[in-house]
Amino acid sequence: MNILTEASVEKKLSPMKNEPNIKMRGEKVTVHYGEKQALFGVDLAVPERQVTALIGPSGCGKSTFLRCLNRMNDTIDGCRVDGKITLDQEDVYDPKIDVVELRARVGMVFQKPNPFPKSIYENVAYGPRIHGLTKNKAELDGVVESALKKAALWNEVKDRLQESGTGLSGGQQQRLCIARAIAVSPEVILMDEPCSALDPIATAKVEELIDELRQNYTIIIVTHSMQQAARVSQRTAMFHIGYLVEEGPTDKMFTNPDDKRTQDYITGRFG
Amino acid sequence: MAISDSIPTADGTGTTGAQVAWKSEAMAARRKARYAADRRLQLYGMIAIAFALGFLAILIGTLVYTGSNAFRQSMVTVDIDFSSADINRENPMDSNWRNIFRQAVIDDVGELSRREERDYFSMFTSSAPFLIRDEIIANPSILDGRASFTVPMSDPIDQLAKGLVDTNLPENQRRVNDKQVELFNQLEAKGAVSQPFNWGLFFNSDSRFPELAGLAGAISGSFWTLLVCFLISFPAGIAAAIYLEEFAPKNRFTDLIEININNLAAVPSVVFGLLGLAVFLGWFGLPRSAPIVGGLVLSLMTLPTIIIVTRAALTSVPSSIREAALGIGASKHEAIFHHILPLAMPSIMTGTIIGLAQALGETAPLLLIGMNAFITSPPDGVFEASTALPTQIYIWADSPERGFVARTSAAILVLLGFLVVMNGIAIFLRQRFERRW
Amino acid sequence: MGEHTVTSFDDDLEHIQRLINDMGDLSGTMVSGAIRALLTSDSALAQRVVSDDAIMDARQRELDDRAITLIAKRQPMAQDLRAVVGGIRMAGDLERIGDLAKNIAKRVSAVGQSPAPRNLAHGIEGMSEMVLEQVNGVIKHYIGRDGDALRDLRAADEKIDVKYTSVFRELLTYMMEDPRNITSCTHLLFCAKNLERIGDHVTNIAENAYYVVTGEQLPSARPKFDETAQAALAE
Repeated sequence: MNILTEASVEKKLSPMKNEPNIKMRGEKVTVHYGEKQALFGVDLAVPERQVTALIGPSGCGKSTFLRCLNRMNDTIDGCRVDGKITLDQEDVYDPKIDVVELRARVGMVFQKPNPFPKSIYENVAYGPRIHGLTKNKAELDGVVESALKKAALWNEVKDRLQESGTGLSGGQQQRLCIARAIAVSPEVILMDEPCSALDPIATAKVEELIDELRQNYTIIIVTHSMQQAARVSQRTAMFHIGYLVEEGPTDKMFTNPDDKRTQDYITGRFG
Repeated sequence: MAISDSIPTADGTGTTGAQVAWKSEAMAARRKARYAADRRLQLYGMIAIAFALGFLAILIGTLVYTGSNAFRQSMVTVDIDFSSADINRENPMDSNWRNIFRQAVIDDVGELSRREERDYFSMFTSSAPFLIRDEIIANPSILDGRASFTVPMSDPIDQLAKGLVDTNLPENQRRVNDKQVELFNQLEAKGAVSQPFNWGLFFNSDSRFPELAGLAGAISGSFWTLLVCFLISFPAGIAAAIYLEEFAPKNRFTDLIEININNLAAVPSVVFGLLGLAVFLGWFGLPRSAPIVGGLVLSLMTLPTIIIVTRAALTSVPSSIREAALGIGASKHEAIFHHILPLAMPSIMTGTIIGLAQALGETAPLLLIGMNAFITSPPDGVFEASTALPTQIYIWADSPERGFVARTSAAILVLLGFLVVMNGIAIFLRQRFERRW
Repeated sequence: MGEHTVTSFDDDLEHIQRLINDMGDLSGTMVSGAIRALLTSDSALAQRVVSDDAIMDARQRELDDRAITLIAKRQPMAQDLRAVVGGIRMAGDLERIGDLAKNIAKRVSAVGQSPAPRNLAHGIEGMSEMVLEQVNGVIKHYIGRDGDALRDLRAADEKIDVKYTSVFRELLTYMMEDPRNITSCTHLLFCAKNLERIGDHVTNIAENAYYVVTGEQLPSARPKFDETAQAALAE
């Protein structure tokens, strides 16, 4: 009548025994919006080809941290990022790094699906085109088809590629945005509450998609839903008012967390 | 628990625990007063609109009343028998067209003294012979046999025909003497007089004579001026707005620029005219009265409008589009030109058209750069002297002939017509392309 | 530990704890009643124990229903999830304890028909006191959230096993001495076995309780000192 097997007991005692590759790492990441400080020295390692979930109450800094990883915080005036963030051991804030290339390698999917008001084909083809990833139209067609297939959208739209992207349902739009991000061959995909605007069926499809994608991409997902974080991720990090409170394997975090703040948050004892 | 004390319950028990008397007289009276305030507000609104519409009706009504008969021009039909006319067949231009014309009209009118003859000939527009000549040169085959030509009557007779001359006044107090009235009645009885629509108002250029005057030059001049204005202010305005919105650093200098742009929009238009006079005509030595100068001056006036409109349009594009574009690795200029500008374009177009419509009606700056000269032909290009619709109205308003009074009002109606059309296009564009985010 | 933001969540959890509490009390009552009835041949008491089992079953079904509803509604996490799942398991064990007590009570009449010398049941009495102590202790320590006491309690089961082995041998001896004792001793053997099973269920409860309280498993190797399987061969 043991709840856990012997093997998982071992895993609990030594979390990262097989020590997977660390794809992105944040060291002492600190973020200020003008005078206000949003992140206080966050240290987080994101392993390769796994889903890492960032959870925490509103305003805790998880979205801020996420946006640091692909330097989207650069677009916000008055935002200052200190500390070191690396992609494959390269500092992403190094002046030698091309931010346009970084954002192709580290793709982003936003909370509210935001396809371009262009055709479905154009939505997916735009990225490869501006980065010059393909040599001719046939190649571009191939890239578009492959991205839509990987996003589990191809069968639904293959007959209407010229229709507007905004005419799709919410779930399909979000998968289109995922296809758009995939089309530029990223290594990391950042997802900022990708399912919060979707109904349960669309959410389930996106979660299934995340499960498939993690075989090839490193995924970092910010989510408000504890259940989603538990279902989808292998590692979870809990943020609270700008601090990283706890971080570890998802199974442990949701059955037996170490920190009381984590415990209170995931059981609904906050506030 | 404390919460349940303050939640009003369905049975009317309120925050203090006592019954809320919704149905009492006092409450009913209070509600009645609140609704009355609603109705009063509606009433004030309707009164304000009625006020505005009333004045608009008075304006349009006055214009229509005074200008309506400028849209009809009294014409007379003249038969000319070319077989008996003295025409130089080899070179028709060389013939004495005045005589030919006078011969033709004097034919069945009866005996006239010298003076009466002169008066009779002055009943027709002085250019009548030349109008006929131009028609024949364009179509020489008419010269065999007879032909009819319809030419305008001169302005005094036009007024007479429209019943605007008080024949009860003594002769020396009116422009048309009794003999002329009698001759006119004769012509009318013959059926030679007609009052077709005055196409000349639109296709003739300016003239000393009201019956020959038209707006062709002014319309063409306005067109060229607005074209120059558009070609300069549209790209400059959009580029400036994009720079201010996307690239300019947020510092004092940028704030200064923004304040100045907003102020420019409020500068009186006369000042721009003076600027044009001093700088474009004085320093640059551009030709006076030319649409290029008018266009330059108007573009300076329209520029702030376009900048402000474009900035508003750019900020109204939801930031999610910009984020999506940047997130995929687009550079700043790619995000703007591929995504944000196309989405903002309908609003920009609407604002631009409204700005141009305003420019169409600007008079003071054009007067100062000389577009109120007396120009009798439409300009061939932007460097030739020309008038514009507002300045043409100004010129005609100053002229003494009765005919110009009506024509001034007619020209104002034409200008208003263009403004309505342009605003209509702006509204159409807005309806058609507006997105609801 | 703070309260949930949604207070009805707390109410639901409390209700389940109360049910566990009740079932624990009831199981103690039933076990002590069954033994008392056995030792004093009190059929009325035995009958009460039998009817109590129906209440126990009802309680367990109620707890199951509530627990499943709570999981569906509240999606409990961490200690809440452990408490609910642990509660389901403990209720199962407590219900089995009730069944075993009922089984003992049913044998009262069979044992009482033949004259049973008091000393035949002497061993059982000692064993039953130990078992009762365990039953009452485990729920008390669970509610007290005392992980260490639960661990010790689980270890204490070895004493019951040892006692059972000796009672087994004792009853065998009685049966070999006097064949008239065979019927009653056989019934007593079953009663002893039931008591030993009750002890095992209590250790299950202790393990589950320990997991709920600490989030960790007790080491699976549990000392077992039941040598009855070897007992017969030695004769």
